Amino acid sequence: MSDSLTALRGVARTAPGERRRLLLAVALAVGAAAAAIALLATSGYLISRAAQRPPILLLMVAIVAVRAFGITRAALRYGERLASHDLALRQLARLRLRFYRALRPLLPGGLGDAGGDGELLARFVADVDALQDLHLRVLIPTLVAVLVAVGAGLAAWLALPAAGIVVLAALALAATVVPAFSGALAAHAGHRQAPARARLTAQLLESVDGAAELALTGRREDYAERLRSSDAVLARLARGDALAASVATLLGGAIAGAGTLGLLLVAIPAVRSGALAGVLLAALVFMLLAAQETAQPLPLAARRLRTCTIAARRLFDVADHAPAVVDPPAPRVARGGGELRMSDVRFRYEERDLVGALRVSDGIDAEDVPGDLDGVGDSWVLDGIDLAVAPGERVALLGPSGAGKSTLAELLVRFHDPQHGRVTLDGLDVRELAQDELRRVVLLCDQDAHLFNTTIRANLMLARPESREDALWETLRAVELHDWVAELPDGLDTLVGQQGRLVSGGQRRRLALARALLSPARFLILDEPTAHLDAPLAARVMAGALHAAGERGVLAITHDRELLRGFDRVLALGGSVLAADCGKPEVMTAVISRYGIAQEAGAS
Amino acid sequence: MPAPVDRRLLRESRAARTQLLIAGLLGTFTAVLVVAQAVLLAYVISAAAMRAATVGSLRPELIALAAVLLARAAVAAGFELSGRWGALRVMSGLRGRLAHRVLAEGLGVGGAGDAGRGGQGGRDGEAIDRSGELAAAAVQGVDALEAYFAGYLPQFVLAALVPLAVLGWVLVLDPLAAAILAFTVPLLILFMILIGRGAQARTRRRWQTLALLSAHFLDVVRGLPTLRTYRRDGIQEATLAEVGERYRAETMGTLRIAFLSALVLELCAMIGTALVAATIGVQLVEGVLGLQAGLTVLLLAPELYGPLRQVGQQFHASADGTAAAERIFEVLERPSVLAPASVAVPAPTPDPRCESIRFRDVGFAYPGVRGPVLAGVDFELAPGELTALVGPSGAGKSTLAALLMRLADPTSGAIECGGRNLRELDLDHWRAQIAWVPQDPTLFAGTVAQNIALGDPGAGGERVERAARAAGALELIEGLPAGFDTVLGDGARRLSAGQCRRIALARAFLRDTPLLVLDEPTAHLDETSAVAIAHALTRLAQGRTVLSIVHHRALAARSARTLELCDGRLVHAPAAEAVAA
Repeated sequence: MSDSLTALRGVARTAPGERRRLLLAVALAVGAAAAAIALLATSGYLISRAAQRPPILLLMVAIVAVRAFGITRAALRYGERLASHDLALRQLARLRLRFYRALRPLLPGGLGDAGGDGELLARFVADVDALQDLHLRVLIPTLVAVLVAVGAGLAAWLALPAAGIVVLAALALAATVVPAFSGALAAHAGHRQAPARARLTAQLLESVDGAAELALTGRREDYAERLRSSDAVLARLARGDALAASVATLLGGAIAGAGTLGLLLVAIPAVRSGALAGVLLAALVFMLLAAQETAQPLPLAARRLRTCTIAARRLFDVADHAPAVVDPPAPRVARGGGELRMSDVRFRYEERDLVGALRVSDGIDAEDVPGDLDGVGDSWVLDGIDLAVAPGERVALLGPSGAGKSTLAELLVRFHDPQHGRVTLDGLDVRELAQDELRRVVLLCDQDAHLFNTTIRANLMLARPESREDALWETLRAVELHDWVAELPDGLDTLVGQQGRLVSGGQRRRLALARALLSPARFLILDEPTAHLDAPLAARVMAGALHAAGERGVLAITHDRELLRGFDRVLALGGSVLAADCGKPEVMTAVISRYGIAQEAGAS
Repeated sequence: MPAPVDRRLLRESRAARTQLLIAGLLGTFTAVLVVAQAVLLAYVISAAAMRAATVGSLRPELIALAAVLLARAAVAAGFELSGRWGALRVMSGLRGRLAHRVLAEGLGVGGAGDAGRGGQGGRDGEAIDRSGELAAAAVQGVDALEAYFAGYLPQFVLAALVPLAVLGWVLVLDPLAAAILAFTVPLLILFMILIGRGAQARTRRRWQTLALLSAHFLDVVRGLPTLRTYRRDGIQEATLAEVGERYRAETMGTLRIAFLSALVLELCAMIGTALVAATIGVQLVEGVLGLQAGLTVLLLAPELYGPLRQVGQQFHASADGTAAAERIFEVLERPSVLAPASVAVPAPTPDPRCESIRFRDVGFAYPGVRGPVLAGVDFELAPGELTALVGPSGAGKSTLAALLMRLADPTSGAIECGGRNLRELDLDHWRAQIAWVPQDPTLFAGTVAQNIALGDPGAGGERVERAARAAGALELIEGLPAGFDTVLGDGARRLSAGQCRRIALARAFLRDTPLLVLDEPTAHLDETSAVAIAHALTRLAQGRTVLSIVHHRALAARSARTLELCDGRLVHAPAAEAVAA
């Protein structure tokens, strides 16, 4: 786990253009605060002086100054808000790009089972978003408060040294002790409440999801009671934390009041002794009152700083992660015409660090990470696999779930490297090729292929940007989506929604399949291309896909024996080994008993 | 101000009303303290400046001032404490009502009660997302609500009370200054409303832009593996930079205008203060006003503008703060799908073992949703018979099952058992006759044994084991690290879809009810699991009345009768071949 401070510094470091803007924003903010303070201080002086009833002309300078300060304050504040928001937006854009770059090599094949829910990535994005507060709401207000404390202290010191010390002390305490106290309390509360919140959320979730089952089994009262008691536990903790937080507020108010009183206590005798001019007393008190306003946003800033720190740490933990596969220093180019082959491959998952890094939230539940990637590091997922797909050949890979079919597919496009044996393309070890070069030739259409929140057309053209319209329609026909798209009011320009939510699950999968078929790759690896489709449709789609594949080699993974028509060869994977090379689908029945045994082996 | 206080929150929640009352009380205190502080401070300063008074001679005033300053700090802390406690109370209350509603009706957001809505746009994945979102809103929402109750609401009350007190006091001391302030305040409020209206729309657009940008980034990150597959990840980098820059430029354009409102408000307040200072100065020179009065007025001027300006700044807290509560209200306000009891004393529950169940012209529509989910459904389930229900997704199969289980009541027609309308029966007694094996069963936090014994927590280990064996789940359970004592549920071990369904089957075996409802229990499973579950189902169905929603033609073929649903209507019982086609 990276050090919080380093991570924070890494995020806070500005790009060259931003540093200028940061300085500008801080300067404007300090100017605005100074103008507001000067307005009140000058007003105090003006009134005190007026009470001595001088000729009114002598007051004119002060009167004009007061107005000027007022207008300056408003103008500077406007400028400051624009400058700081501009800075925040620039930083956000830069941070997004930066962490996108960091994530790029880390996610060749998604997060596997553990990351399939997408929640981890959603938090990754939320973390990046959270960082826009760092300058806008943490750094700038803190800098302003500190500079104002020093400036006001200095001004007071010039009038009366003792007053300067009181003003500086009061403002410095308000800018440091109170936010630190408040921030620490918030952190403590977060730690304390996190398990209770998690428990209540989980219980609510299961009660909502399983409400019908609880209703039918007559258990609803038990579960209602369970929720009530978890709620009570959380409420008790939260009430205690709220009490502590309000003590921090009380402390802040008390420090401010003590400052005002302290200033009076040193200034009143000074006026009597003549060390301080009477007309300056009001100015000093008013200045302190106005300056205290700058410390007001700081407790909140301290709490945000904590959020930013956690976010930054998590992001750097991800960014510092070593990619599972890297390009060779001198990549070679696939010659073409050869086969895709896997020789004596043994593979097991070795680490779950990336998933772990994305999961660490407050550093407290790192140990409680559920064992999603069961079997990491213990048994071989694949153990001595040999297989080959020749150009134009159609191979089906059959096997029960958990047999390692998807892992095998991912090795072929080098999402991971096998511990033993090798994967070759045109006789070259895929580790000698650049990843982009390999994936130009071998394309994997996996089960969580993503549909982007844009049009059907744009999603398809991702595979081949130069595609012509009739090519798009043709692939849609192959997956039996032609009529559906043709009937949509916007046709190919229909939006698919976030994560393809505007289309059904089956349509989503078929669009992803169509996209794969459109690509110019020489080998297509299709992982369960017809899952979640009704049997008759699944058969038609599979046939359509095989037809559309044309001259390309196809390796199709399925667990459905009904879909094997049209394949040249059928392989059965079970218990991490290739259980059977059944040859032609027609002769498969001959070895089906063997396959059956393999299934049992895979299931246990 | 637009939507100053969320009406629904006040109407729906007694705790929220209490909160408003407390805020009003503390706000009144604050108003008094503000004036007292100004008067005391002005007295001390003027006495020291004009008469060179000593600290000793000012002791009572200084002590009083210290007390007032401390009291203000205490009231501010009180605002925060009551706001946070209030948010907790409101949220606990809402959670309690949510839990009660959800559990009483069996109306899960993603459960069977909602399953029929699939056709109306709620897809499986989304339903799961929504229940997660709801649970998160009910727990984490308290943070946003704290911002509302401890931030916005006090500020709103202060903005209503403090300016009034300040104006009243200034009017007594210096009518001219009061006139200036009284003139600027309505101007200020007018500007706030005028600009606020426009700014609100603009601000909303700005938030939308930011949300859109964030959603775009999430979309790209989620799709990163796909982008890499198609070697488009590099190009996307440029797009990301370009989109970010374009949105920044656009957002800054709106902000330039949106911040103008703040600029005008600031100018009003600043110039108002400056004018008051000048007026007091002139009056002092002319001798119409004393220094103490002048200082008091000057100290009060910023206290007048402060709360007014801050209430605008806190405005977002109001929107964010109530959003979480809205999410829960949405569910709470959804009309019940259960009809009110039709008789005061429930009739004795007939035994489905010997009585048949009859759907008489049953129709169902979700309240507020146009078009029925089911219409004119008429059939009979004979005791001990296996009936298969087929039809395309969205046809209303799950809704029909939900009606049988009384997770919802028909909106027309009636379901009868032994000649009795189900609505005349005791809800819990009727439900106790039914075991349900859903497609996506929920495993609750607890051990495997506790999960199997869900319907009968007192069941001993032997019964649980027998049920597990009957369901073909024994081998699977014994393979788990702690066997029957393995802890399942959130944050613990997760089982595969097939394993979950076997546990659910064991549940049904253990309950041993006369009626059984199966919801595509073998769909989307690999062959080994599907075959094993189908075998167990056959054993389970023996001697029971079974309604089975099926895709699997083997099961449909085995059943005595097949019903086909299409668009909520019963089509004539088709042959087994037709089902397969």
